Parts: sequence; C-alpha cells; structure tokens
Amino acid sequence: MAIIYIDHKAYEVTPGKNVLETCLTLGFNLPYFCWHPAMGSVGACRQCAVKLFKDEEDTKGRIVMSCMEMVKEGMFLSVEDPAAKAFRAQVIEWLMTNHPHDCAVCDEGGACHLQDMTVMTGHTYRRFQYQKRSYKNQYLGPFIHHEMNRCIQCYRCVRFYKDYAGGKDLDVFAAHNHVYFGRAEDGILENEFSGNLAEVCPTGVFTDKTLKAHYTRKWDMTMAPSICQHCSLGCNIIAGERYGELRQITSRFNAEVNGYFICDRGRFGYEFVNSKNRIQQPLIRTKVPDTNDKQNLYQHLKKILSTHKVMGIASPRASLEANFALRQLVGSTNFYHGISETEARLMRSILQTLGSGQVQSPSLKEIEAADAILILGEDLHNSAPMMALAVRQAIRKAPFEAAQQIGIPSWHDAALLGFTQDKKGTLFIAYPTKTKLDELAANTMHRAPDDIARIGYAIANMLNPLSPSPEDIGQDDLKLAKRIAGIIKQAERPLIICGTSLCHEALIKAATNIAVALGTKEKKAGLSFVVPECNSMGLAMMEAPSLMQAAEALKKGEADTLIVLENDLYRGTQKKDIDDLFSYCKELIVLDHLHNETTGKASVLIPVATFAEAEGTMVNNEGRAQRFFQVFDPKNENFRESWRWLDEFKQFKNGVNPEDLAAPGNLITTLVALMPQFKGAETAAPDAGFRINGQKIPREPHRYSGRTAMLANINVSEPKPSEDQNSALSFTMEGYRGMPPAPLTPFFWAPGWNSGQSVNKYQEEVGGALQGGNPGKKLFPEIPVAGKTFLNDIPPAFTPLPGEWLMLPLSHIFGSEELSIYTPGIAERAPRPYLAISKNDAKRLKVLDEEILQLQLQDQIYQLPVLIKEELPDGLAGIPHHIPELTAIAWPANGILTKPK
Amino acid sequence: MISLLRTIRLTFLHMFRKRETIPYPEEKVSLHPRWRGRIVLTRDPDMGERCVGCYLCAAACPVDCISLQATEDENGRRYPEFFRINFSRCIFCGYCEEACPTYAIQLIPDFEMGEYNRQDLVYEKEDLLINSQGKYPGYNYYKVAGIDAGIKGKGEGDNEEPPIDIHSLLP
Ligand code: SF4
Ligand code: SF4
Ligand code: SF4
Ligand code: SF4
Ligand code: FES
Repeated sequence: MAIIYIDHKAYEVTPGKNVLETCLTLGFNLPYFCWHPAMGSVGACRQCAVKLFKDEEDTKGRIVMSCMEMVKEGMFLSVEDPAAKAFRAQVIEWLMTNHPHDCAVCDEGGACHLQDMTVMTGHTYRRFQYQKRSYKNQYLGPFIHHEMNRCIQCYRCVRFYKDYAGGKDLDVFAAHNHVYFGRAEDGILENEFSGNLAEVCPTGVFTDKTLKAHYTRKWDMTMAPSICQHCSLGCNIIAGERYGELRQITSRFNAEVNGYFICDRGRFGYEFVNSKNRIQQPLIRTKVPDTNDKQNLYQHLKKILSTHKVMGIASPRASLEANFALRQLVGSTNFYHGISETEARLMRSILQTLGSGQVQSPSLKEIEAADAILILGEDLHNSAPMMALAVRQAIRKAPFEAAQQIGIPSWHDAALLGFTQDKKGTLFIAYPTKTKLDELAANTMHRAPDDIARIGYAIANMLNPLSPSPEDIGQDDLKLAKRIAGIIKQAERPLIICGTSLCHEALIKAATNIAVALGTKEKKAGLSFVVPECNSMGLAMMEAPSLMQAAEALKKGEADTLIVLENDLYRGTQKKDIDDLFSYCKELIVLDHLHNETTGKASVLIPVATFAEAEGTMVNNEGRAQRFFQVFDPKNENFRESWRWLDEFKQFKNGVNPEDLAAPGNLITTLVALMPQFKGAETAAPDAGFRINGQKIPREPHRYSGRTAMLANINVSEPKPSEDQNSALSFTMEGYRGMPPAPLTPFFWAPGWNSGQSVNKYQEEVGGALQGGNPGKKLFPEIPVAGKTFLNDIPPAFTPLPGEWLMLPLSHIFGSEELSIYTPGIAERAPRPYLAISKNDAKRLKVLDEEILQLQLQDQIYQLPVLIKEELPDGLAGIPHHIPELTAIAWPANGILTKPK
Repeated sequence: MISLLRTIRLTFLHMFRKRETIPYPEEKVSLHPRWRGRIVLTRDPDMGERCVGCYLCAAACPVDCISLQATEDENGRRYPEFFRINFSRCIFCGYCEEACPTYAIQLIPDFEMGEYNRQDLVYEKEDLLINSQGKYPGYNYYKVAGIDAGIKGKGEGDNEEPPIDIHSLLP
C-alpha cells in the first residue's frame, strides 16, 4: 500500500493503479470520458484533469490527466484545485459547443454519462454563439441506432469495437473536428458484441434500437437482477419492465462472469417475453369447448394426477426450482431429462470430468487470464459468445505481462498497444470450419470431429505417456500435436476449451485427457466446457435418464401420463420418436410460455412465466449457481411460475382440494437437503426473509414516475401494489435506498451518476469485485485427488462413408437458440438454411454455390442451397443448428446428398 | 371606547366600497395568464404536437399523476402514444410545465374541472391536447434539435452548419 495526499488529506491506496481509478475508488467525483475500466486509459478526452504537486511545499503544481498518471508513494494531488476545476469545466464547455439540443428525444437521457459529467463540472449555460457541427447518420442494422451529432470524440466506441471485440466494420473517419464514428457505408454492424456500444458510448450516439421501439427512461423501469437465458454462460443482466412489457436488457457487472459486457443475443433476445406467441390461458383440449375456468382446470388436473401414473420430462432451460418441483411431483423414479440420449451422454461425460476434481473449471475472468488456449470443436462466437470475447482478451493481453516488466502499467492502453504491436498469446483451434477466432490462432485445424479428438488424444499422450495414444496417426498431425503439447506445457496458465456443439463425446474425453495430463497436484489445468442451454449443467447435476429411456418406460406401461416442463421435445429429436412417445400417453400435460410443436400436442396446456416473470436458480457451464429474480408481476394472472403450478399439482396428487392449496415453501433449500451435489446453491442470493433495516430492496428507482396515473384509465383508485413473497425485492420504489448486496442489486445508480458507470460506486475497487463479493456460488468443490485417470475411447480416423455425409450442426449466435429468435431483429440476422460442403464434394456433386441440393436426413428431405466452404474436409456437410427451418434432427446424423432432378 | 367606535365606523364605511366577491358562476373570474389551472398539451406553430414524449414532466411530478408512452412516426418524430393525467391527484404545482423542454405541457387559467365522478378526472391525450400554442408562441423544438424528424434535415437548422463531408480532410 502507498500513502498519497489528495487535497492535503492522506489516503492509503494500491500503488501502480492510475490516479483516476484511485480517486474514484476513494469516492471522489472526478469526471472522465475516454477511460473505461475494462479498456484502460488513452488520455484522449482531457476531462479527468487534476493538479499534481512536486512535494508538500509546491503550491503551483501542474495540471495532469489523472487517467495517465500512475499512483506513487507520497504523491501530492488536488482534485478541488480551482485551476483543475476550471480546466475540467472548460473541457465540457468545448465539447458542448457542438452538442445538439437533443436530451428530450435522446434515448441516453436519464442514463447519460455526458449529462452526469456536465452537471458534475457545473457547466450550465451555453456561451458559444456560433453554429453547431452536424453529421448524417447511418443505418447500422436492427440493434443499434446511430445519431452522430451527439459525439464527443472520446474514441471509446472504436476502442471497444475494434481493439477489444475484434470488430472490423466500425471505424473513425475524416479528420480534426470533423471525425466521424461509423461504418464505411450504411449496413448492419457485424460484430456479435455491437450492443455494448450503447453502454460504452458515454453519449447517445449509439443506442439500443429495440428499446427505442418502446422507449422508456431508466428511471421509469421496474428492474431486477437477472441471468441471461440464451446460452450456458449465465451472463448477469439487468432486465427492465414498464407497463407490463419487458423493455430492456443491460449488462450487470459481475467481475467473475461477464464483466462489463454481454453479447447481442443476450441483450436483444428478450422480446420473446412480449411475443404474441405466448400461451395466454390454460387449455383442456379433451374437453369441448376449450375451457379456461380455473376451477375446471383444477378439478380436471386433480382427477388426472390422482388416478394416473405420471411421468415428468424436465428441461435444460427451466430453473432448478422448476425442475425440482417436477421431480417432487412425479417422484425420482419417474423423472426424466428432456434431452436426447446423445446430449445426456455428453452431459454425463462433462459432469464426470468436472466432478472428478482432476481439472479446474474456470470462470470467464480466469479464461481472460489464460496465456495459451486450445479449443477443441467449438465455434465460440456462435455457441458461447462471451467466452469468445474472453478468449480474445486472453490472447490480446498475454504479452502485457512482458510490458509490465519494462514498467508499462496494465491500464495504459496507448502504451500497451505500442508495445505489443502484433505480439499475442497462443491459441489453437480445431473445428471443421473457419471460425471468427481463427484470425488470432497460431494454428487452426479444420478437421472432422473424430480427427480432432485423435489429435487431442495425441496431445494428451505427449503430455503424459499414461494417456492412451491414437494408432496410426499421420506424421503431420503428430508434429502438430507435439508443437501444441510443447506450448501448452510451457504456458503459465494453459486452458482447454471444449463443448457439446458438435455432439461428439470423443472430443470431450480427449479434452479431459489433455487437461488431466497437463495438471499437476498443486495446479490443476483449466478446462472449460460449453453446454447447450442455460441450465443444462443444473439439469445434468440432477442425474436422471434421458428421453429415450422415458419412451421405453412408457412403452412398458410404467406410466400413462406425461408432464413436459418448458421443453419443445420436437426440437432436438426425430419427429417420429416424439410422436411415438406421445402415442403412449393418455394425457399430455405441457407447461411452457410459447406455443411450439410440443404444446400443440398437449391435452392440457398450462401457460407459465418466463424468466422475467419468475424467480429461479440456474447453474452455468462453469458450475456456478446464480439466481435470477422476477422483474414484474405480469398482467396475465395465468403467467405463473412453473414451480408454483407444479407444486400445486403435487398437492392435488396428494389429495389436497383446490381450496386448501398451500404455498410452495422454499424449494431451493429442500433441493439442497435432498441432493447434496447442489450444496451452496441456496446461498447464491439472500433469501426472501432478507431485510436491511427492516426494509426490502426496491426494484424501482426513486424517480419512478406515473404511479398514480398509469392504471387510472382502468380505475382512478390505485390498486395495492403487488407484493413479492419470494424474494427480498419489492415491486415498488419504497424500501432501502442504500447499497443492496450484490446478488440483489436491481440497477446501478449513485447520486450524480445516473448512467451505468455508477457501477464504480458498487465495486470494492474500481474495476474489481462488487462489494461483498460477486454474485453466484460455484458448486464444484475443490477436491484433492492424488492419481490421474485417463479415458480411453479413441475413435478411428474419419473416413467418409460412400454416398453419405457426416452432418455437422453449425451453431449460429442468431438463430440457433430457441427463445431469442422471437426478437424480430434476431430473426432478421439468423441465417437462411444452407448446406455447407467442401470444394471437392461440390465438384463431385457438380454443384456451384447457391445451387440447390437435396438432403435426405433421417426421415426428412430438405432442398437446401449449397454453401461451399473450402476449408471443410470432404465427407462432411454442415447445416445451421436448430434454426426454425431445420429442427427435429437427432444428432449425430448422416445425410445423403443428391442433385434434385 | 374610541377604538370601538372607530371600528364601527370603518365597518359602516365598507358598505359603500366596491364589492370584492363576485356572483360566480353567473359572472366569470378573471384570472392571470400565468395562473396555474387545468393542464393542456399545446401544438407548435406548424400545428404539430409539441410533446416529444421525453418523460420529464412525469418525473418532475411530485404526486406521480402523469403517465405516458412515447412512440415515433415514420419520420422518427417522437410524440406520446398516450398521455394521461390523473387530475384527482394533481396539486397544480406547475412542476411539469417547469420541466418541459418543449413548452408542450402548460397550466392555463381554468379551474372549472369539478366532476361528480372521480373517474372523470382522469384526462387522456384527447382531453388534454388543444389546437393552440398556449402561452409560448413561436417555438418548435424539432427546429432546434439535432435530430432529423421530418421537420428539418441534418444541418438545416438555424444554428447548424451543413453536414460534414467525411471524405474531405480539408479544415
Ligand atoms: S447524449 Fe446525453 S447530453 Fe447529449 S442529447 Fe443525449 S442525453 Fe442529452
Ligand atoms: S460515438 Fe460515442 S463512444 Fe464513439 S467517440 Fe463519439 S461519444 Fe465517444
Ligand atoms: S454469452 Fe450467452 S449468457 Fe452471455 S449474454 Fe450472450 S447469450 Fe447470454
Ligand atoms: S401540476 Fe404538479 S402535480 Fe399536477 S401534473 Fe404537473 S407536476 Fe404533477
Ligand atoms: S479520462 Fe482521462 S483523458 Fe479521458
């Protein structure tokens, strides 16, 4: 620790940081624009000026940019110095000479860093009498709105988009006071993280276009801490509601998980909650006419549940609570995972590896710190976008360590860029096609999944001869394996990334062997698995048989009624198998929030709440249990949490009458008591009884408006606000106004800091952990293991079958996920169906790009336009995974390609 | 004794003074233009809706009796989709008018709003919007704002330079 003096007062601070972040950590309100805690300093905006004195005697001092100054022992600084203050006020005044008179129609307003900083410096009146500069805007796609007049030239956007996220199509154009931030021409912003521009840009140049369509100010939203539902990483988000509609998703800082950012699927994929396709009311299809009367429904369900043998199909996208309530209802022997046998096996394999204690499951933050990474069979940008961003940081930042040795601090972005030039960390990628991360890779291997697994096994064997080695592996592959093994062995913090995207178990086993071989007793190697859905890991931990076994049990007559929880079974398995499954049940009870093929088959259909209307816990790919909270009480009373319905069903089954139903109680504690593997999940967030000074935490900011008018059209007497029995959050603006515990923080706000940058005030140290620790609880405990066990399941080298192609499910960030596709912008960006084949195969089949080929896959026939991928090995054919036009395929799959007559 | 007589005299004299009370409602009250009464939404000189749906009035309102939703027309001009004031809550403080950056919401000298039914005190946009500029003639926010909402193009405002040619490096 170092002692520095600010305005004659001594403070104990961490040396090596910059003065700006130090001052912010100490609670000073020092304005800034270009510095960003995740991106460091460049000293471009001149807003953060302070006075620096030579020593105690020095009274003159000099003005320095605090973001470019390193904290040193015995520094004398002044934030309040009149010259420094005047300097800061003047900088804002200059910026404002060209700023448009837009706040009233600017979507940034009320959460605008520029507004905050202007008020902070005290600039109130425009003295400049001349004309304002103006720009033309660009069309940037369905997600981001562009309003260039509002730019203050801080360069944050391009630094984020190009340097941090690796985007290519946003840049700065023109010169001097005419600089322009945009694309070379109108068009969709291509980068998967473009939505973060809305948060990174301190002004309203880049704003969220989906929010604009139903615009609400930050202060008018009812917000809750939530977890992204659109992939397995579980990024932390803030979800905001107004007038019964979900309106906006922003990132919620969590230093261990997503940091300051989220991907575009997570930010913009929320509109399914407001979709017209929501199931509005319960239906009993066997009764004519359809009836929605609750009494009828309850009587009907009571009859079914108390007389039939019931089986439950759980869901990888439902919360632990919902799945557990189903398990409690049907009993552990009748509880099945709603996933295919392939997926179930992959998940078991992953769980075995992570639970064995032989490897370490890293957080995204730990991934960012890796210095050598090997990716086996994942296209991260499309299957786990934020992990791709973390890998990019790891590769980019690996040389920073060397920079620090010559005295360049880790926050000095400008100097680091100069120092690193094109030095980078080492990345190896093995995936059948090109991926976006390829540009950073030292080596890419575009191979068939079997061959990737074999290379993996070869690497493991070179790291530890006890690990089995594949037979007859080619010389080139051997050389490559040797090179990779050498580099990851040398690395300080090596990392292996693998996953379920290619539905290939051998990959997971190979990755396991590498990580086990690499680890030592003191330091286990990092191994990160990407899994299919947001709660796939949590479901897998609830060990149960897969859908296939469910079908068998049904056939045997072990049950005659099926309850399907939040799961469109037709998505991931062949249609005939599911039809078959359903044909064995007398009644099919389906609980879901959107209509889909499975709900179409239901004899009893129950509408349920989405993540925005329910509370729940999920386990992400890393094994971190995280709680999401209900954002709002839906207008439609039928939108009730799955676990609430299921708990009532359980009571019916036990003979309780509808009039005597009891509340579900604390499901998560019962779950933990029954299944010790979840120990810790109950501590992911404070429980419903938590209070500060006897008060709940308000979901609404203190400026929330319209309380006495928003429902006055229905009845001028305001209804009593709804009460939240399930959490320590309230649905109103009343409650504790101080800092809530991190897992219960519904939004970030501090006096004078209305924008998201107020998160500074919630961190222990700016850029570091949230006060009281980051939310979430890691479930895989550190178990010390002495020996090493290696898996041996080496597949033979891939040889194309005559006349058949091995089909590859190619993930797409927009399109491959079930719920986000209901956002019109995401649907617009989703790929059209295609069939990717190699150049040779195209030649053999005599087709050109875009020409139609017929694909016979299982019992379906598709006509798909060809997409020739030069790098794709022969004998493989890729189709976009799970896009709406291409579901109902059981993976792995072989297909037959022919030219249609 | 003297003061008593003085008071009687004064009272007696008052009988011949001009009357302060008026026979309302036969005779109307004359109010000052800035009197804070019924709230209206005004129009700009081109008869477009002035309200841009910025939510500032709603945020300023101490009793939270204003509720609205902003929407946009095909040119990107923002206006309120609905605008509701619950006058049974309003305290006529005028904060909403203070907060309004476009002179849209104005309190006018009219207090004759009594209703038998409290529900009738809930005013929607149709009840609030008038065909007049109200107290502040001549102002059109979209003419001075930086955005192009179909009122003026980029760089066509009185206080703006023409849009920058980003292909030019000349000063
Ligand atoms: S960027 Fe901020 S200051 Fe500028 S118009 Fe928008 S809200 Fe106002
Ligand atoms: S567009 Fe925004 S982030 Fe980019 S330079 Fe301008 S103000 Fe800064
Ligand atoms: S990376 Fe995954 S969890 Fe994170 S925001 Fe994107 S879709 Fe959501
Ligand atoms: S006059 Fe005051 S109380 Fe009435 S609507 Fe305006 S701000 Fe609200
Ligand atoms: S924040 Fe220091 S110069 Fe921009």
